[in-house]
Amino acid sequence: MIAPAVERPIERSQIAVPAALRCTGVSKRFGQVPVVNNLNLNAQRGELVALLGPSGCGKTTSLRLIAGFEDLDAGVIEVGGQVVASPRWSLPPERRRVGMVFQDYALFPHLTVGRNVAFGLPRGGERKHRIEEALDLVGLRGLANRMPYELSGGQQQRVALARALAPSPEIVLLDEPFSNLDSALRSRVRAEVRQILRDAEATAILVTHDQEEALSLSDRIAVMARGTVVQQASPEELYHRPVSQEVAAFVGDAQFLPGEGSGRRVATVLGDLPGTHAADGPVFVMLRPESVRLVPEQEGEGANGTVLIREFYGHDQLVHVRLDDGTMLRARLGTYSGIRPGDRVLAAVRGAVLTFPRHGEGR
Amino acid sequence: MPAVPHIGQAKIVRETGPEPESRPRLRRDRLTWGRPRRPPVIVWLPALVISLGMLVPLVYLVIRAMDARTGLWPILFRVRTAEVMANTIFLAGSVAVGSASLAVPLAWLTTRTDLPGRRAWSVVVVLPLVIPSYVGAMTVVAALGPRGMLQGALEPLGVQRLPELYGFFGAWLTLTLFTYPYVYLGTRAALRGIDPAIEEAARSLGIGPWQTFFTCLLPQLRPAVVAGALLAALYAVSDFGVVTLLRFDVFTRVIYVQYRSSFDRSQAAAMALLLVLLALVVLVAESRARGRAAYYRIGGGASRHPRLVRLGRWRWLAGAYCLVVLGLALALPVGVLTYWLLHGVSGGEGLGGLGAATLHSIGISIVAAAAAVLAAMPVAWLAVRYAGRMARMLERLTYLGYALPGIVVALAFVFLGANYLTPLYQTLPLLVLAYVVRFLPQAVGSARAALLQVSPRLEEASRNLGRSTFGTAARITVPLSWPGIGAGAALVFLTVMKELPLTLLLRPTEWETLATTVWNASGGGAYGKAAAPALLLIVVAAVPTLLLDARWSPPRGEG
Repeated sequence: MIAPAVERPIERSQIAVPAALRCTGVSKRFGQVPVVNNLNLNAQRGELVALLGPSGCGKTTSLRLIAGFEDLDAGVIEVGGQVVASPRWSLPPERRRVGMVFQDYALFPHLTVGRNVAFGLPRGGERKHRIEEALDLVGLRGLANRMPYELSGGQQQRVALARALAPSPEIVLLDEPFSNLDSALRSRVRAEVRQILRDAEATAILVTHDQEEALSLSDRIAVMARGTVVQQASPEELYHRPVSQEVAAFVGDAQFLPGEGSGRRVATVLGDLPGTHAADGPVFVMLRPESVRLVPEQEGEGANGTVLIREFYGHDQLVHVRLDDGTMLRARLGTYSGIRPGDRVLAAVRGAVLTFPRHGEGR
Repeated sequence: MPAVPHIGQAKIVRETGPEPESRPRLRRDRLTWGRPRRPPVIVWLPALVISLGMLVPLVYLVIRAMDARTGLWPILFRVRTAEVMANTIFLAGSVAVGSASLAVPLAWLTTRTDLPGRRAWSVVVVLPLVIPSYVGAMTVVAALGPRGMLQGALEPLGVQRLPELYGFFGAWLTLTLFTYPYVYLGTRAALRGIDPAIEEAARSLGIGPWQTFFTCLLPQLRPAVVAGALLAALYAVSDFGVVTLLRFDVFTRVIYVQYRSSFDRSQAAAMALLLVLLALVVLVAESRARGRAAYYRIGGGASRHPRLVRLGRWRWLAGAYCLVVLGLALALPVGVLTYWLLHGVSGGEGLGGLGAATLHSIGISIVAAAAAVLAAMPVAWLAVRYAGRMARMLERLTYLGYALPGIVVALAFVFLGANYLTPLYQTLPLLVLAYVVRFLPQAVGSARAALLQVSPRLEEASRNLGRSTFGTAARITVPLSWPGIGAGAALVFLTVMKELPLTLLLRPTEWETLATTVWNASGGGAYGKAAAPALLLIVVAAVPTLLLDARWSPPRGEG
């Protein structure tokens, strides 16, 4: 069944509707190697959750555990409030009501597009109607009699999506769905897929290692590292308030300056900065390049330095500065500022900064 | 439902989930069978039975050899045994070297040069594969042997004697002529797989074409050539027809002669065990070499067509070389057979009995091919989808069947049939059973390759869309792998059709196939009678071979 669309899914988590997906303490070992380690992950109805992490962190295995292609060693997986997997009990994949879009699409090469989509549907009068509906949804009306190899990569992608959505699964899993598309096509297909999932009011888990994809597409992001979810939050939350330096460095561009905290103030080479929360003792200050401001050298709050390199991207530019004490700093600026390598500048920080405790002399 | 930390506004999920309550259990709920790594009983049990069945002939030979009146050791440590062993090894080595020397230039000429008629040659040079080696041997004897056609033609010129054909030279020549296609196919595949950019890089570094061939191309080809040559050697070790007709005392011939003449068949059993041992050594070497060849082809094939080497004046010499090889390996046998056929028919030789033999050949081959493929499926399925220790072991066990020469399997089944399966002795069911044992490795190999073509993702997609294990097999796996499995069945069909020793020793009395008809006629020197069945055999066997070659070579235009 498909839940009604929800505007702000996060707020509904208090309501007694069971979560579409709930993984609790899920672990999986291959031999002696723990691949998924105490994973906690949930998704509310109608929500798109991105599972983001570097390659080899256990994302795909987590997805396969949810789909039922692997057996877990510990923990519980519930789909729509029903336990589908525990160490002692496991529902076979065909009975889990979990749809999957495979990385290489896995379209059945010997069946037409229509029969691919029909594959998961029960026999009966409804079937034909449902195929048309699913193909309409992905904008492929009239292609039911084509063979998969006659379609472009983007079309195959949408057939895979239609096939997964046709039986109205409780949740759809997408495994790196855009990695097989070239970059020109990717952003367009991404937006299409997002719209299709919204139209279908589907709950979806999207596995990706592309932070931009995760940030722009999903309602919430679960960041995975070493087999476990280290933070699950909205994109804004994740970007501005990562729970660790690791997450900060993985999501977006982050640089860390040593500082000395006392209450809500942090002393750094860039001056005395306001902190987002109180911290005492040695800390690292997280600086996103766009929060660094550069002005021509002058007296004022901040530190002076020399511009070394300028990377021009069109919509913005990244400027590398060496401060006079030797610290390297990156600043993201609009492209109209006339800064050139060799210029002397004053660097300062906009807004309050996030701090992480510094143990000994790290980094 | 266990409590999960509430995840709201940036609430951090800490590692506070429930501790794993117990170690993972091996015992599984019924619902989970069919999952990767845990094969269902209907797959592993038949696979186990079939694979172990492969060992029955071998075990029986061991028991039988132990029975020898004199004991086993005196048989093994005779001068005669050492002599036969030396002959066999020498023949196998010579065939390996000979076939590689014939095949490598052919492979290079037909893939990398502007040889006239290059594409036609690349098909034609494989054709000697369709000629059963005993038919080839028979025609070689008739053409080049004492009082043969060549001598007849040379006699007016005063040539009294040709070099002695019987013995090593004839056996070596014949086996080389009919096994070089194995080396050729492997080398050609390797040549096509080599990235032309490597040669271009060498040329751009100032190295000439010949030096490039020897320093860049040949080292990359070596594993494939070695693997092919060892395959030819394995063929030479196992072949029965050629050495028997050309009277060279290697294991297969000696075993056959002992079986025919002596009452103490334990001697034959002991020799058969030695033969298996030797074949096993070659087989292991071959599979290692092939593994290395695969490693060398890591690039996944050439993306572009290499530029062809211009032969210039050499092209006519190259063409002449191809003509000579094909003349001996293809034109000679086909020509001799055709001559006999016309000669025999005009001489009033009847073609009676040929119809029955043809029907027998085709019928038994179809049954054997179907049985072998059916038997192969569980083993292949286990090996591909439930790769684990047991699957690997069972698959290797069937692979060992390649080290069981036909004469050995035949001997074991004669013993078994005469002593334990008396009601089945010299009946068709026992013959089919023997064929299955003999050709199971081939069938497993092709079924495995076919199943490997089906991505496990497709099966998972099917499970994910609500199909059971069986529904998935029926609607996805079997339809997708069917062409490959069918090709495997055709391959077994073809091989059974040409098969000689099993058919000869195990067929019901008076029940003739094309192969046995040829053999009987050639044994009596009545070559005229052998011509028609031999030609029929070639025609019926050539068709599937061509189809298989077209299907298995990469579908890549060579222009």
